[in-house]
Amino acid sequence: MPLSPIQPPEESQAPAPHVPLALRLPFDPVLALATIGLGICSIVTLAGATAKDIPGDPHYYSDRQGIYLGVGLVAMFVFARIDYARLRSYKNAVYGALLLSILAVLGLGHSAKGATRAINLPLFSFQASELGKVLLILALAALVVDRARDLRSRDTTVRVMIAALVPALFVVAQPDLGSGLVYMAIAFMMLFVAGTSWRHLSALVALVLASAVFVLAAAPAAGVHVLQPFQVQRLTAFLHPSSNPQKQGYQQQESKIAIGSGQKTGRGENSNQTSNGFLPESHTDFIFAAVGERYGFVGAGLVLLLYALLISRALRVLVMAKDLFGSLIAAGVTAMLMFQVFVNVGMTIGIMPIAGVTLPLMSYGGSSVISTMLAIGLLQSIWVQARASAALKGRVLRH
Amino acid sequence: MSAIEPVRPRDPRLPVPPGMAMRVAIIGFVAIAFFAVIFFRLWYLQVLSGEQYVHLANTNQRRDLPIPAPRGEMLDREGKPVVDDRTANAVQIVPSALPEAAVITAQAALYQKHLVEAAEAHHAAGVALNVFRATHPGQADHRELERLQAAAARLPTVPVPPLPASAVHVRRLLTRLGGVLAMRPRTIDERVVRGMTALVYAPVTIRTDAGLGVRTYLGERGNEFPGVLQQPISLREYPYGEMAAQVIGHVDQISGEELKLKAFHGVEQGTIVGQEGLEYYYDRYLRGKPGVSKVEVNAEGYAVPDALKPSPPQAGRSLKLTLSLPLQKESEKALLEGIDHARAGNKPAVAGAFVALDPRNGSVLSIGSYPSFNPNRFSKPLTKAEYKELEGSGSAPGHLVDRAVNGQYPTGSTFKPITAMAALEAGVMSPEEGLGAGKCIAVSTQKFCNAGEAEYGAVGLVQALKVSSDTYFFEVGERANAHGPIIQRMAHKLGVGEETGIDLPSEFPGVIPDKEWREEQNKAELKCEREEHVPNCGIVEEPTGTWTVGNNMNLAVGQGELLTDPLQMAVAYSTLSNAFVNGGTGAVVRPHLGAEIDEPTGGLVQSLDYPPRRKVHLNYNDLSLVMQGLHEAASSTGGTSAEVWAGWDQSADPVYGKTGTAQHTGREDQSWYLCYIGDPKHPLVIAVTVEEGGFGAETAAPIARLIASEYYGKSKKFVAGSSQTL
Repeated sequence: MPLSPIQPPEESQAPAPHVPLALRLPFDPVLALATIGLGICSIVTLAGATAKDIPGDPHYYSDRQGIYLGVGLVAMFVFARIDYARLRSYKNAVYGALLLSILAVLGLGHSAKGATRAINLPLFSFQASELGKVLLILALAALVVDRARDLRSRDTTVRVMIAALVPALFVVAQPDLGSGLVYMAIAFMMLFVAGTSWRHLSALVALVLASAVFVLAAAPAAGVHVLQPFQVQRLTAFLHPSSNPQKQGYQQQESKIAIGSGQKTGRGENSNQTSNGFLPESHTDFIFAAVGERYGFVGAGLVLLLYALLISRALRVLVMAKDLFGSLIAAGVTAMLMFQVFVNVGMTIGIMPIAGVTLPLMSYGGSSVISTMLAIGLLQSIWVQARASAALKGRVLRH
Repeated sequence: MSAIEPVRPRDPRLPVPPGMAMRVAIIGFVAIAFFAVIFFRLWYLQVLSGEQYVHLANTNQRRDLPIPAPRGEMLDREGKPVVDDRTANAVQIVPSALPEAAVITAQAALYQKHLVEAAEAHHAAGVALNVFRATHPGQADHRELERLQAAAARLPTVPVPPLPASAVHVRRLLTRLGGVLAMRPRTIDERVVRGMTALVYAPVTIRTDAGLGVRTYLGERGNEFPGVLQQPISLREYPYGEMAAQVIGHVDQISGEELKLKAFHGVEQGTIVGQEGLEYYYDRYLRGKPGVSKVEVNAEGYAVPDALKPSPPQAGRSLKLTLSLPLQKESEKALLEGIDHARAGNKPAVAGAFVALDPRNGSVLSIGSYPSFNPNRFSKPLTKAEYKELEGSGSAPGHLVDRAVNGQYPTGSTFKPITAMAALEAGVMSPEEGLGAGKCIAVSTQKFCNAGEAEYGAVGLVQALKVSSDTYFFEVGERANAHGPIIQRMAHKLGVGEETGIDLPSEFPGVIPDKEWREEQNKAELKCEREEHVPNCGIVEEPTGTWTVGNNMNLAVGQGELLTDPLQMAVAYSTLSNAFVNGGTGAVVRPHLGAEIDEPTGGLVQSLDYPPRRKVHLNYNDLSLVMQGLHEAASSTGGTSAEVWAGWDQSADPVYGKTGTAQHTGREDQSWYLCYIGDPKHPLVIAVTVEEGGFGAETAAPIARLIASEYYGKSKKFVAGSSQTL
């Protein structure tokens, strides 16, 4: 197992001039493999499912997604070579950029389907809330590290939650509820990993439950609409899927039909649900339904296994990181991946509400793909630095 | 390995939180649990219930297309249709069934591409505009800014790309179809491409009303026109054209703003809904519920009509009106006759309105406004010029305004009964007291004179109403001013100067000027002058002036700043008549046009109940004198409208009428007539006004007689009165 990072480095027994494999291979190959595997799944699925979406241009979505994934991969490898620890000193700039970019979208943004989430740039429309996930992970990790001596204090918990809540509220105002929830999940996971007391954590959970009840039930009953009505409908539609098949429950019903009809090995080119426009957003939020219909239990299972690999690898990086900053970044990335995968897949199979989160690396969209790649690039950097530090230490101690 | 203990390969530069490994393990377990749930769910959906979902997926190859519901009819009080629906045959094209469908598809794809490009360019202009604004603050009149604003302001129209010359079969088909429909082949092609872009699976409607000839022709030659369908659709029809057009309203596709209104909750985009008038007010009953036709989507994703049973639309309900169709027709004719007569006498008579209602319950029997328009014109989009013409401007009166409920007029002497009631009840004068001697009344520096400087001598109340002595009422107004706003209060009490509550989307509330009103106007004027930095906003000419006795004197004869409309005056006269036949207690009715909602097949769904707004109490002795004055004015020699009613059977159907002549600076006088006909079984109140129509007796009063003649089945005769009173 020369590639496994947790093994005591065998290189330490090698002669001194031997360059450790970890330094020769500047990235975690398993992580890279899972990432590239998901990218390929995405392109293959898009190529099949969206062939009829744009008449005369069957490869419209798959070609573009290929470019986004390519750009993302390059960005990932570049990030892998940067020492993430240096990013800590830019924490204020990073947090500032996060707030500014989100506010810029609210100010200059381009609205699609009633929501202002993106700024149109020459090549693609920039969705600040996606890149914001990576920026928030960096800023929060730095904030927690700064308070490392005081991790269990209530002050730390409150500051971290507020630092996440401010951008989350701006993002929800766009309205992009899904990304706002991802932000809060990131903050929660960081506190959890950093060792915040169970009392604080359970208080936070109670607060979330109470505010959910307030936003979804109590406030609308009193005539105050915190969320847009369509958001509340989407969030609660999964509780009663057949009550209004034409409206909010419709998407989920269609999604289940698509996935279910894929059976064991999928319908391939006979797929008619996701490719004929019965299921809206089948190339973005509902791409997992397209996978399930076209490639069946086998295809959906393969994609899930790749995600399991990705997440287990992220957890591995969390544990092996050379310092707390690295662990926390890895925790944030893990939170982002886990939350998005579980909520998105759960939504397509009808066990989670429609919250509007993308499936990382699979859903069509440049901002989402490239931001996820950057996050994985950070994991790579942590992995590389951990390996390098371990190898160096081994050598120093030998002398 | 050296002798030194192997070290942990971790750098403890910062304390690793205690128990982190345990917490990471918890995360791991959560992840495993989630993956397990998802796998089991997938197993359940795909492997255990897969077949059931395959079945659902195969039946799910259908698309739902709405079938518009026929709109409910409007019927007159006898059940005769006033507005109905006509079945027309629409010619449609199913793009996928055309010869060389791929060519059309490619054309549509290219068009869509152009559309997207245009939208992107438009959007980029918007972004550039924002950037420019941010980088060049305070340059309001920069030329670049103007250019960007123009580019960002509207989406450019995108032309449909030409049909390739190689598509010989489609071209031939379109040419032949164009010949049948009298349309250019290019127009048909454009509609097909635009329609495909708008709604992918639906057949595209090429022509909504192709006519019977086309139906037979195409019906017999179905196989010569592949991809061409004929579909019966229902179209709104207004068989009586301009008749009561403002009240009836018209229909159009629901607009973006309307979709957001509560009144249109649950209405799908593209539905035809009422715009204006009764069509709007009673839309939720009239519009019905669209049905759904299911179409099978074939492998290319286009719809083919199939045998699946459509769910039929639910026709809208009928609205039975209080209007009487014969009376409505004759009333409109009478108004036109009066206008013609006035024009023959060199009066411009540019516009007019009338309303006839049953004073007991407020049922409107006929109502109309001139100039009118044909609502059928709205079935096609109007050009800007056409719309402008309908809206009117400057000297050309607008056609769309319903002057009966939205006119804003002083009423002239038709207001005098209100003044008289107010003054008598307040004890301003006794009915016998002789007032108004001389040609004019002088108050401080102003002189208030009778029309034509006529002299009626000092007369009592009944005589003053009969001959319409202005000096009498000027004097009453002068005295009443000392008693406070008693005339104003009486006007409001009887129903003038407030919304009548008629079942129409808009009505003018009216203005009864008094001291407070004047002060508010002054304030508004001063505020406007301050804010707009202009010498005068036109609300009040002299914002320093106060309410004067002169203002009250003008109001007493229905002049000055008084603004009301024929409907409010008709309500006031109804209130007087109700109190008159009821010993002094009278209902202020709520005028209305809707009588009942019926099933399309005829059964009653709901009768519309419009109870009186309130009851008022008037002194019966005073009221009797006022009514006596009105009756003498219309019946005995020397009365202002007695000549008009010459030969009328006053014993069976006594007429209580008042002429009015409202003066406008720089324009011909406005002719008014208000009357109550006290038929014991079928009482009627009529209000008529003709803008720039001259004296009340010469134009409005004869129109009222024509309307009454139709109602009571008398022979019609237009008798212009010679009374030249105001």
